[in-house]
Amino acid sequence: MSAGPIARRAPALDVDALIDDPATEIVVCCGSGGVGKTTTAAALGLRAAESGRRVVVLTIDPARRLAQSLGLTELDNTPLPVTDIDTSRGGSLHAMMLDMKRTFDEVVIAHAEPDKAEQILANPFYQAVSSSFAGTQEYMAMEKLGQLKATAGTADAPWDLIVVDTPPSRSALDFLDAPNRLGSFLDGRFIRLLAAPAKAGGRAGLKVFGVGVHLMTSTMAKILGGQMLTDVQTFVNALDTMFGGFRERADETYRLLSEKGTAFLVVAAPERDALREASYFVERLEADGMPLAGLVVNRIGRVSATGITPSRALAAAESLEDGGGPKSATNAAGLLRLHATLVRTAERQRELAERFSRSHPGIPVVQVPALGRDVHDLDGLRQVGSALAGS
Amino acid sequence: MTTGRIDPTWARARLHVVTGKGGTGKTTVASALALALASAPAHVLLSEVEGRQGISQTFDVPPLGTDETRIVRLPGGGEVVGLSVEPKAALLEYLQLFYKLGRAGRLLEKFGAIDFATTIAPGVRDVLLIGKIYEANRRRRDGRHKGDAAPAYDALVLDAPPTGRIGRFLSVNAEVADLARVGPIHSQAEAITRLLKSGQTVVHLVTLLEDMPVQETLESIDELHAKGLHPGAIVVNMVREPLLDDTALDQARQGRLHKPSLRTQLAEVGVKVTPELVAGLLDEARDHAQRVDLEREQLALLEATGLPIVQLPALPGGVDSGSVRELADLLLPLFAPEATDRVDA
Repeated sequence: MSAGPIARRAPALDVDALIDDPATEIVVCCGSGGVGKTTTAAALGLRAAESGRRVVVLTIDPARRLAQSLGLTELDNTPLPVTDIDTSRGGSLHAMMLDMKRTFDEVVIAHAEPDKAEQILANPFYQAVSSSFAGTQEYMAMEKLGQLKATAGTADAPWDLIVVDTPPSRSALDFLDAPNRLGSFLDGRFIRLLAAPAKAGGRAGLKVFGVGVHLMTSTMAKILGGQMLTDVQTFVNALDTMFGGFRERADETYRLLSEKGTAFLVVAAPERDALREASYFVERLEADGMPLAGLVVNRIGRVSATGITPSRALAAAESLEDGGGPKSATNAAGLLRLHATLVRTAERQRELAERFSRSHPGIPVVQVPALGRDVHDLDGLRQVGSALAGS
Repeated sequence: MTTGRIDPTWARARLHVVTGKGGTGKTTVASALALALASAPAHVLLSEVEGRQGISQTFDVPPLGTDETRIVRLPGGGEVVGLSVEPKAALLEYLQLFYKLGRAGRLLEKFGAIDFATTIAPGVRDVLLIGKIYEANRRRRDGRHKGDAAPAYDALVLDAPPTGRIGRFLSVNAEVADLARVGPIHSQAEAITRLLKSGQTVVHLVTLLEDMPVQETLESIDELHAKGLHPGAIVVNMVREPLLDDTALDQARQGRLHKPSLRTQLAEVGVKVTPELVAGLLDEARDHAQRVDLEREQLALLEATGLPIVQLPALPGGVDSGSVRELADLLLPLFAPEATDRVDA
């Protein structure tokens, strides 16, 4: 392969160096759905813990078996210690699954006056937003990350490394926008209008908004219906008191993520679509100046046999089949065809990964071979961990 | 290859929602399905809602915008029209269409209400995205939403959010109807919910024969049933046929494939036989046998649902605008049995 100054080979991503470095305090795994993101996060967490780090893994909606492998049987929203790990190097492992509604409730309870909190929790609009609407997950994942970081190092929260899995969608990076969105929302006229329509329509409001205000609120009432508008107003009004805190914490978490102690890992599968999404993530992170550690390409096809090219194997298989030999000839032909398929698949996958590296030179990459079965216990996670570390 | 009973209510289905775990090839299957339906011949709208431009990449056409754009015309007269639904455009169009807002619409924009609705207020996005599909479903050839003119589209295919989010995505209107107990939003949300729960809408699930995608598919089917939605077909994507027969697979699994005769056969056709080659081939055969076992277990789990199952082969070179037509032909028996011409003509 020609190695010019433009088309360089991707540097190798050294996962062990990353997790062994005490300066690494947060690792964020992001990528599109179905690429093994949660498994990667869990395997990294376990590997770091067994090499001496005190780790907490925050997972979002993990597959049931993977959750079981970490001893998580239900949404709990607080980290639980994972037993049966090797603690001889002084490490520990906690794991938790995010419960977005409970996280939201806790924020409300912690930051609003008790009577106001009750009002918010009972508001139908709040109940819908906090439990079932898409988008909440991203905000709450970041809220939880902030909490885990804030308590880190205390007796109940002994961790010095937080490994975070992100929600399985492109909006996984929406949390990067959260501070800005909240900011523009809070400073915007719309929330003031919603939060205090009477006041805005009064003397002070008239000066700012002019006659548009009346038309505006009547339009809103027309579209939403009077009762829903009231619900929304109650909700926004009640949240208003705690929004300041929300924004501060969102800013704080954003700062935390852009600092040196954070490492973003983009996870992909060796498929065109997944790598295209990985490009999107990488570009987005770079645009925001987020510390990108590298790309993990999971599930590269495994090839065991050496010493025969795919085309030679196929030609030999054909000769065997043409020969009309015994059963062993058919079997040998099958094995040769299988080998040719495996080599070609792995070649195509590596080519796709290299194409990514050509358009994003300098980003460290690790290619992780596929495992036979899905991971459902700690041993499986250990195997993934050592594959990630390239051993 | 198709197995399972075909639900007769499909004859009435107009809206085909395609979901699946990430990485299973949802967009490819949605694209192939749109082609298959178009071959009836029919006018088919193929929409995506996550702004990923997956459709334009599959068909190798310029990126789709918020205008409906024809992407394929079939020789028999059928066509596929593509659309990337974007919430802000959908909201403005909606307000104009149903409220004729004029100045007030611009005010909403000016006060940040549009941004609030489309980016900050969670859930509203989903309402708007489905709302646009609902509108396209009702539209007539003459552009109106009532009257006797033929429908603008004979069928609609939606490349929907992944299985993890599909239940929520499709039931968001039911929640909205609860929140807004009266008024235009309430009636609109109710009407959309009625469409989604009627026999006009079926939800197809794309999966691979792997543990996690199958698990999610099964959970999703339960969720859809519980929410009164109709699961359609299970599309098993990227299926690879075993390269060894059952006896050989059995021997490979147990490491009992006969080494000496393998060596003899390889030498017979001039392959340079080394111990590494033989050991490697046997390891590969064992992995293959284990994979085949796993796939058969997963297929049995899917068959137990009683839903029709379509299996699509793995395409060795990946998917392009040509191979998606090959997949479409495989979907014809299930989705367009009366189709006059093959898509891949």
